[in-house]
Amino acid sequence: MNNAKGIVFKYGDNVDTDVIIPARYLNSSDPAELATHCMEDIDTEFVKKVNKGDIIVATKNFGCGSSREHAPIAIKAAGVSCVIAETFARIFYRNAINIGLPIIECPEAAKAIEAGDTVEVDFNTGIITDITKGQSFQGQAFPEFMQKIIASEGLINYINNK
Amino acid sequence: MTQKILAAAAGLEKVEAGQLIEANLDLVLGNDITSPVAIKEMEKMNVNGVFHKDKIALVPDHFVPNKDIKSAEHCKCVREFARRNEITNYFEVGEMGIEHALLPEKGLTVAGDVIIGADSHTCTYGALGAFSTGVGSTDMAAGMATGKAWFKVPSAIKFNLVGKPSKWISGKDVILHIIGMIGVDGALYKSMEFVGEGVANLTMDDRFTIANMAIEAGGKNGIFPVDDLAIAYMKEHSNREFKIFEADADAVYDEEYTIDLSTLKSTVAFPHLPENTHTIDAIDEIAIDQVVIGSCTNGRIDDLRCAAEILKGRHVAKGMRCIIIPATQAIYMQAMEEGLLKIFIESGAVVSTPTCGPCLGGYMGILAEGERCVSTTNRNFVGRMGHITSEIYLASPAVAAASAITGKISGPNDL
Repeated sequence: MNNAKGIVFKYGDNVDTDVIIPARYLNSSDPAELATHCMEDIDTEFVKKVNKGDIIVATKNFGCGSSREHAPIAIKAAGVSCVIAETFARIFYRNAINIGLPIIECPEAAKAIEAGDTVEVDFNTGIITDITKGQSFQGQAFPEFMQKIIASEGLINYINNK
Repeated sequence: MTQKILAAAAGLEKVEAGQLIEANLDLVLGNDITSPVAIKEMEKMNVNGVFHKDKIALVPDHFVPNKDIKSAEHCKCVREFARRNEITNYFEVGEMGIEHALLPEKGLTVAGDVIIGADSHTCTYGALGAFSTGVGSTDMAAGMATGKAWFKVPSAIKFNLVGKPSKWISGKDVILHIIGMIGVDGALYKSMEFVGEGVANLTMDDRFTIANMAIEAGGKNGIFPVDDLAIAYMKEHSNREFKIFEADADAVYDEEYTIDLSTLKSTVAFPHLPENTHTIDAIDEIAIDQVVIGSCTNGRIDDLRCAAEILKGRHVAKGMRCIIIPATQAIYMQAMEEGLLKIFIESGAVVSTPTCGPCLGGYMGILAEGERCVSTTNRNFVGRMGHITSEIYLASPAVAAASAITGKISGPNDL
């Protein structure tokens, strides 16, 4: 799992974990069930349109609010291969790494990439390529230990493998 | 302060902002939503049980008493895990409370502790001079198994508090003012340190409220210096030894702000972000349908006393639903003994047993399409409390109680 490639769903600032997965569905912790409500309160079309490998791009403070790990779990289970944002809220950042959902900070890419673009991300180099626009951006590559966590498909496997 | 606590917990002499460290944990916390996911993750690990049965707190508080079969299954999962692992600090309905009000009250959080909780408002315990921060379920699982967590050492923002707040101005107004000033990502990844002579003019309940909402500015944690009031609180509630860390005189801060508490006005955060703040004197007439007074932010005894002072001898507006939720059983009992519950019920409010319920749109006060609520909770995101067209206005208990009486957003001085 060294890169991601897919069609972009684009959102704005401060996408909170309540709109990523509303608390009315948190009586479940089943990834497949959570995925059916992913982004429901911000984009009712998302679950209908998303395909395996697609990419979410947003601007500032993605994943703010509640610590619910159900948010990155729902995004991952919906088939999303990577989330690109200007910045991430810190608990969401940890959670995404810990469950093995690749996320990458890149303000330039987050601003320039538009909904529907085809984008490729190289996790080793942090390079984000908007194939539709023919533009490339240098995102922040993960520190080595975070790459290992993601490569292990999450923190638990990483600890088990250590 | 934060950096010193983290250095000690990592067994290092000194740490710097940006450094990745592994710290020993004094407490690992989870609730009925986040713990089941953590328990499932922990079962995948090659470990025999938890690292320390006294250093884990499991508090089913979000959907209890259970609202439906699925939430009952979650609580059952947590209950059975607690039994299996002989967890000392598992709190069943009847002895529970909203986690962030309950743990300090039970003496489980003291100055110098490093605490992680699978709930974003875990930052509350900074009021007692602890480093505490919210994490997700996987971090909770790793914490329960190993007693350790990795952290990136945060840089800090200093909030120098001066002056004395006027009547009806509480911790909620202070933190809403700050979030309005710096924005919902103004303290992203950073520590918010609240210092200055004005701290002495804030009650412990005010400080819990302020530290509680550090996350609403994106903060990693919020922390207060440990003064006589904090020491008295810890001695009253805990037998544990605490350790006081003080900021160096030459400590480096990313930013510094001075806030004169005497100039603050009642502050309300409009939909759909906690940073959309307006002072009460600048708000036009906004009719409301519901008021909620409670939550980990504002369900403590000071909050209930304030609401009761305003509701006493008055009645909530016709058609208004006013829901009051003491945050713990002990607070509930105290409110009963002080006659507050009688005041609430006579005023036309309903009083619930402790639960996070309506704050996150779980149950006990869900909003219908287009409805408006003044709430002492902490988030006003789209759909947070119900229908996606409903609106939440975050405010202090004083504003919430006054608004319940008038049926529109009002300050206590408007009555």
